[in-house]
Amino acid sequence: MNQIQITIGEIVRGDREVFPPYLYDAYQSTRRRAPQLALIDVPLTLSELTGPGHAISAITAEDADLTRNAGTDGEAIGQRIILTGRVLDETGAPVPNTLLEIWQTNASGRYLHKRDQWPGPLDPNFLGMGRCLTNAEGVYRFLTIRPGAYPWKNHPNAWRPAHIHFSIFGPTLLSRVVTQMYFPDDPLHSLDPILSSLPAESARQSLIATYDHTITEPEWALGFRWDIVLRGTHATPFETPEVRS
Amino acid sequence: MSTLPLTGSQTVGPFFSLGLLYEEARRNVLTRPETAGEHIRIEGHIFDGDGMPVPDALIEIWQANAYGRYNHPADQSAAPLDPEFTGFGRSGTDEDGHYWFKTIKPGRVAFNAQIQQAPHICVTIFARGLLNHLVTHLYFADEPANAEDVTLLCVPEERRATLLARRADEGGTIVYSFDIVLQGTNETAFFNL
Repeated sequence: MNQIQITIGEIVRGDREVFPPYLYDAYQSTRRRAPQLALIDVPLTLSELTGPGHAISAITAEDADLTRNAGTDGEAIGQRIILTGRVLDETGAPVPNTLLEIWQTNASGRYLHKRDQWPGPLDPNFLGMGRCLTNAEGVYRFLTIRPGAYPWKNHPNAWRPAHIHFSIFGPTLLSRVVTQMYFPDDPLHSLDPILSSLPAESARQSLIATYDHTITEPEWALGFRWDIVLRGTHATPFETPEVRS
Repeated sequence: MSTLPLTGSQTVGPFFSLGLLYEEARRNVLTRPETAGEHIRIEGHIFDGDGMPVPDALIEIWQANAYGRYNHPADQSAAPLDPEFTGFGRSGTDEDGHYWFKTIKPGRVAFNAQIQQAPHICVTIFARGLLNHLVTHLYFADEPANAEDVTLLCVPEERRATLLARRADEGGTIVYSFDIVLQGTNETAFFNL
């Protein structure tokens, strides 16, 4: 067993500035779920340089409107927002035609989920999920309502800052990422172990959207911009598969 | 070449089924009756460091078709595409930490011009408490090509068994069992990708 390196509490994946450690003590759920053994360096093969991103089924424009996609003919309650941005790779090239799936609380901070039982009221006109594809320029756009903060049981008086969960595929398995987008100027950011798990201030800032008055539509909705940068295939530890004899 | 900083990863949290397991997003069944290849079931449980099942995990799989070709423009091999197979699956875990897929055993994919990889399925795991997803390969325990798979040989020998799915014939259905241990004894070998 002497080849095994114990890496509890160390950052063990990829870019050490950007990715959180698996074990982050302040976020209690990591304690029994974080791997304890070092991740294994492997060559990049066609398996990693391909991925399902382009093969996901077609979706409709309505899927990107969370204010009206509950199928009730009613509109969700809350501050209406437009959330848009570009999906790029590390070189700044747009990532077209890739699937984004999002989920969030309603305006009161409650998820439509059986395990979310805190007494924030549910909204019958809000599912809290949506999806869209980026266009040829890598641009995505959602219409939704601003989510609320909510309490959780991680530590006494713990509250998650308002956020929207994003799942993005990109062109390969390497580009796959699931993350959370936060809103600017939220005093809960520095109290949140999940956002704080990102080691670099720049990485934490990269998850915070910007209010953009040019996106705001008069008499309609506030605009926020958030760009997403996915891992490409060039900045990887193994550029070309080589056989070690 | 200037590079932009990557967007960091965050956990899927406990409520991801809302956004990732709605009806059209679940992909337990990758096959149709006409899909080429040996039709198999893959199933297993996910366990945490206490040996307890993880009831709020998400597994995605990605694999080549029976001819060893990925349904992706980067795969330019001469092997045919299968119009009845995309190769992507997505399953949640239930209260017992159990997940399952109906798929086919993939063919061998080239590693380079000289050698082939052993048949394998790419596995990605998301869960509450995982600030980054985890990535590994599932290999087939009864497959002789495992002995020469370059990726599998990167895994320390004493940990390779954690990546081998075991075959059983359950009343005519071929089932490969593949448990995933996030932490502790028999911890699954995860890749730095």
